[in-house]
Amino acid sequence: MSEVHLRGFGWRHAGRRAWAVRGLDLTVRHGERVLLLGPSGAGKSTLLAALAGLLPEDSGEAGGTIEIDGLDPRKARDRTGILFQDPQTQLVMARSGDDVAFGLENRGLPRAEIWPRVAESLERVGFPYDISRSTAALSGGEAQRLALAGVIALRPGLLLLDEPTANLDPAGAALIRDAIARAVGPDTTLIIVEHRVAEALPLVDKVVVIEPGGGVRAQGTPAEVFAAYGEDLAEHGVWVPGCRIAARPSRVAPTDELVRAEAVTIPGRLPAVTLTVRAGEVVAVTGRNGAGKSTLALVLGGLLAPVAGRVTGFGDRRPPHRWRARTLTRRIGSVFQNPEHQFVTGRVADELALGPRRLGRPPAEVRRTVDTLLQRLRLEKLAAANPYTLSGGEARRLSVATALATAPRLLVLDEPTFGQDRRTWLELADLIAELRDEGHGIVAVTHDGDFVRTVADRTSVIGGPAGEERP
Amino acid sequence: MTVTAAAPLARRNPVAKLGAALLFTLPLVATLDPVTPAVALAVELVALPFFGVRPGVLARRAWPLLIAAFGVLVSMLLFAADRGGALLVSLGPLDVTTGVLSAATGLVLRIFAVALPGIVVFTTTDPTDLADALVQNARAPERFAVGALAAFRLMPLLGDEWRMLTVARRARGADTGRDPRAFVSTGFALLVGALRRGVRLAVAMDARGFDSGIPRTHARVSSFTRADLALLVVSGLASAAILTLAVATGWFRPIIG
Repeated sequence: MSEVHLRGFGWRHAGRRAWAVRGLDLTVRHGERVLLLGPSGAGKSTLLAALAGLLPEDSGEAGGTIEIDGLDPRKARDRTGILFQDPQTQLVMARSGDDVAFGLENRGLPRAEIWPRVAESLERVGFPYDISRSTAALSGGEAQRLALAGVIALRPGLLLLDEPTANLDPAGAALIRDAIARAVGPDTTLIIVEHRVAEALPLVDKVVVIEPGGGVRAQGTPAEVFAAYGEDLAEHGVWVPGCRIAARPSRVAPTDELVRAEAVTIPGRLPAVTLTVRAGEVVAVTGRNGAGKSTLALVLGGLLAPVAGRVTGFGDRRPPHRWRARTLTRRIGSVFQNPEHQFVTGRVADELALGPRRLGRPPAEVRRTVDTLLQRLRLEKLAAANPYTLSGGEARRLSVATALATAPRLLVLDEPTFGQDRRTWLELADLIAELRDEGHGIVAVTHDGDFVRTVADRTSVIGGPAGEERP
Repeated sequence: MTVTAAAPLARRNPVAKLGAALLFTLPLVATLDPVTPAVALAVELVALPFFGVRPGVLARRAWPLLIAAFGVLVSMLLFAADRGGALLVSLGPLDVTTGVLSAATGLVLRIFAVALPGIVVFTTTDPTDLADALVQNARAPERFAVGALAAFRLMPLLGDEWRMLTVARRARGADTGRDPRAFVSTGFALLVGALRRGVRLAVAMDARGFDSGIPRTHARVSSFTRADLALLVVSGLASAAILTLAVATGWFRPIIG
């Protein structure tokens, strides 16, 4: 059991002008379960890192005080445990049991006590396999459960969860929430940062909202906080439960056919799919993880050759994957799930200019295209920034903008809205609806139910019934 | 692991296997003649079944050596300075003599004789067991051994990442041909991604107390038995015997002098 006291706490990362968090006064009592909310950039992750004692003194400037049970968090590390977003960069060992044992070895626990503790922790998170299970053979949700077992094996008095389900599909996320509910006893103080507020609420009894400018904006029971600040929070990007999103029905009828896929198949990755996309419509492709949604996006985007079946479009005799890259970018734009994969330059403006330049457009026209896109996607202030330093929402907007820069008629988007805060989500939904009404054809691979409900004109479900991904 | 069950030597302590491979191969480097590595290679092939490595598995892992061997053979035929011995074939300006052929064969055999034990050790050893043995039996620093093990776990991700980056570049209007610049820039992006993941993993490890400074305990026992010691001694003796044989039969040609 641990208690947290912050008085005027602030932190500024070395080399940054702005404070990541500032002026925080907060007390979290023994056994309290807190959902920490705030718009993107409010410093939620920085606060968790500070509480976990993971901000070395020489890595920035601190203000005020931060204490766990009266200790500096860096000296209270044996009382805290933290679970991050990405399970791949938390697992250390090749075998599941060894991974849970890793932290216990670090704490110097005698061998005889390690293995019972490993078994108990795996049991508590509902890990379905034997301790010798290879960590490489786990799905995202299973790997994250294993990572949670590794953290709770250390019996932390304060458990910190930094968007523990952000990298997981809905089924995997549900598994993690169940595991947290089962594994965290009443004697553990819990602080969660989580975008999906409605789903995190059953796990907590208190909500704390922090502000980007600094300080705590609101705290109390979920009911109190959402009654008083719900609309305001929603405005700032928080997914407040019960806040409905208006549908964006098409204002135009679909016109000519852009691309047609006939029984395209890749054994082991993509079952036979037949799909037509016309100009002026948004087609959502859904299906359980591992059903081949992303693979279908690559095939439709002309980036991967189907083993069987064929893709035709744009009046070309040859299938898209045989086109020259320059021809491809004028016809089909692809936006990847991980925006960073498609960045190739060191500046946001260069990133947007790259496509048109490769098409040999004159400099004046390139500049016009870049300026228009910067403005349209609210990236003007970031024109000179490095694409890799952008926040998740900004990086997503930039990746969509790079695909638009070469004015393709068909856009293929892989999970365009997933894991975004409410504000970015609404912007993206508006943008996609606008592009459709301008006559673009859009394919969006997604498991975002809100997106399907409010933006898609048609839905194509591929693969079998919903389940969890297995790589 | 890709070994068969009845393999008494595959089960030996990884540090013993590694040590035995070094003890056996290092002395072979001392001589330039073809007979010493040929005998060593013969001994290695005889020992192979005791490590349970199937010939097919070995061939799959050893094929890059064939390329290296071919390269050595060609460059020796072209550039060997010592063209002594009887003339065998004359290819234009190139005289292939017994001296050239013997030196080339010696080098090729050495490549195989030195590399084979290493391949066998890594084929029959689980990386986790190796890290455990290095820490517990060879007193290697924990940060090095466990850190390397954790990095090793991330290796397979690099292949997927490479494919994704290549595909993404085509989507940005660059043909995925054999342009060396594209190769370099994709490689750079891969490296940047790997570093970011490495940093995140290191933070997660420290969050679980890896940097706590408390002496680590060990969940798995790695024991170094008399059989492991025997493996070391036998390979040392075998290599000494082969060298002695080479000296006694007059084949020995020291690398220095």
